[in-house]
Amino acid sequence: MKKTSTVAGILKPRIFWFFNLPRLGTGGKMVTLGIGIVVFMIAMTTLAPFIAPHNPGQINIGPIASPPNTQFPMGTNHLGQDIFSRIISGGAIMMQVAILSVIICITVGVPLGLAAGYTRGIGDRVASLAMDSLYAFPGLVLAIAIASVLGTGVVNLAISIAVVYIPSYFRVVRSQVLSLKELPFVEAVKAAGGSIANILFKQILPNVVPSIAAIASINVADAVLTEAGLTYLGLGPNVSLPDWGWDIFYGKNLFFSGAWWAWTFPGLMIVVLAAGFTFIGEGLSEIWSPKLQEQG
Amino acid sequence: MSLKSYIVARLALTVPMLLILVTVVFVIVRILPGDPVLLHFGKQITPEAAEQVKHALGLDVPLYVQYTNYLSDLIRGQLGTSFSNYEPVSRQIFSAFPATIELTIYSMLVAIVIGITFGVRASRKYGSAEDTGFRTYAIVSYAIPVFFLGLIMQATFAVGLHILPATGRVSAGNIPQGADFMGVHIQTGLYTIDSLLAGNLNQFIDALKHLILPSLTLGIALSGVFVRITRSNMLDILNQDFVTAAKARGLKERTILYSYGLRNALLPVLTVTGLQFAALLGGAILTETTFAWGGLGTYLFRTIQAYDYTAIQGAVVFFGILVAFVSLVVDALYAYLDPRIKY
Repeated sequence: MKKTSTVAGILKPRIFWFFNLPRLGTGGKMVTLGIGIVVFMIAMTTLAPFIAPHNPGQINIGPIASPPNTQFPMGTNHLGQDIFSRIISGGAIMMQVAILSVIICITVGVPLGLAAGYTRGIGDRVASLAMDSLYAFPGLVLAIAIASVLGTGVVNLAISIAVVYIPSYFRVVRSQVLSLKELPFVEAVKAAGGSIANILFKQILPNVVPSIAAIASINVADAVLTEAGLTYLGLGPNVSLPDWGWDIFYGKNLFFSGAWWAWTFPGLMIVVLAAGFTFIGEGLSEIWSPKLQEQG
Repeated sequence: MSLKSYIVARLALTVPMLLILVTVVFVIVRILPGDPVLLHFGKQITPEAAEQVKHALGLDVPLYVQYTNYLSDLIRGQLGTSFSNYEPVSRQIFSAFPATIELTIYSMLVAIVIGITFGVRASRKYGSAEDTGFRTYAIVSYAIPVFFLGLIMQATFAVGLHILPATGRVSAGNIPQGADFMGVHIQTGLYTIDSLLAGNLNQFIDALKHLILPSLTLGIALSGVFVRITRSNMLDILNQDFVTAAKARGLKERTILYSYGLRNALLPVLTVTGLQFAALLGGAILTETTFAWGGLGTYLFRTIQAYDYTAIQGAVVFFGILVAFVSLVVDALYAYLDPRIKY
């Protein structure tokens, strides 16, 4: 098809950048590092049942609150569970919540932004006003309100977190649509009688994808941190499964007895996971931001 | 449009935004599945008693009546009655508010000082190992959960080294009382200010010592964003012609960096300060919980634990109004400082 070739022309270097990452300067290195961390974390969590030395849920597998030693490399917690095994398997829920919330954000925020930016008019005004009021709001506070009413399953937490971040997608997509729809290649499709669906999804959407990818990866980091924060406030999901957030929540009870290992290791895992996603997002925006490329 | 009419227009826009926000919160708390009264009391309440509680809290009338009551109460500054102890939520919030303000002011200071210092240095050494170091700092400080950083601070400086207090706002029984000024008793609730008003230096130092760890924690967690924005704005400006001209004239690097670069890079930093205020409040909730800091965050934490829905709703609405007000002030300040802005 002739008319999509313009878009493909714009997209091509962006799809194949993955193999060129190390050559893309600091931004490329950041993305590589970030992807490395995230892939490692996902692999570790998925393979946890095979690589964890002990059953992470098994209580009294060792002495209570034992410091790190050869048998329990990261010590044990207040229930005598093996922290090392819990570290290996404890990222699952957090990652599920974070990724699910980003999927919700994209499915709601992107079409809304496309529609609002393309049609303008009263619908756009109302949607923009609503999104702006949500955007300005302290995310954690809103997530707390929603999570405390909805309850704290994985899906409910993902919804609570998603509501907070939908406006970011809406705003970026909308503002890009505003400028993209004036460009010649969109005008051409319009003149040739292309349907609105064609224009929005085949012409405009592919050009918005890079910004969505950059927001989404920063957003996963935010979602991980928000999920951890909700858990720290006692609003986390299923407490019976191993989870870094809950481990900090309970680990801090051992705080003044000096059992630093009970909360330090799960905390570090959250930092590494969130940093991984942040590296990807930062790197992507550096690669795709023309302003910084000029300087680099 | 003059500055004054810009502010009026901006204010007029804030009203529908707040209305949407307040409605969203109402929908979340009152309409979503789950009966607040049953959730709060669990199964220990008989249906008759539940009806009585609902009646006392005005939850037994149709939803639209509840909604209009809620709005008219809000306009009069009432945020409802607490489930837990039947006290007005607004009174509870106002008594917790100064603690949060004190924490956020000092944290914002920490974040801005770190952000500008690191950001300027990174831009000067663009592309060097030092620059990479500052950028890594920005990302890691962004990725660290604020409560985890708080625990590290407590473990290191309070439990380990014993040089700073781990929790609370002052030592026991040492609450600054403010002072009488021309027959009026002035007490702000900000302990560093009240102690100075009372002229009590020991109390001031005590309050300051308690502030250091929480405000460093929250400040560091926020500083990453400031490092990033300062760095990229500085790079932007240092590449412009007037800076090259200044270099060609042989001006000192310091002068170029601060008088030419930073002065112009500060405006976007101001915008970010406004936007970060919401994040600051979110972080304050977790920081307060970690440091047993008796502000709004601790209040919200308690109300969550007690399933006290009117209080949660009130606190959330209050946060919303606060953020709307701050962003209004920041926008006005921005318009005032940058004459290029067209209203």
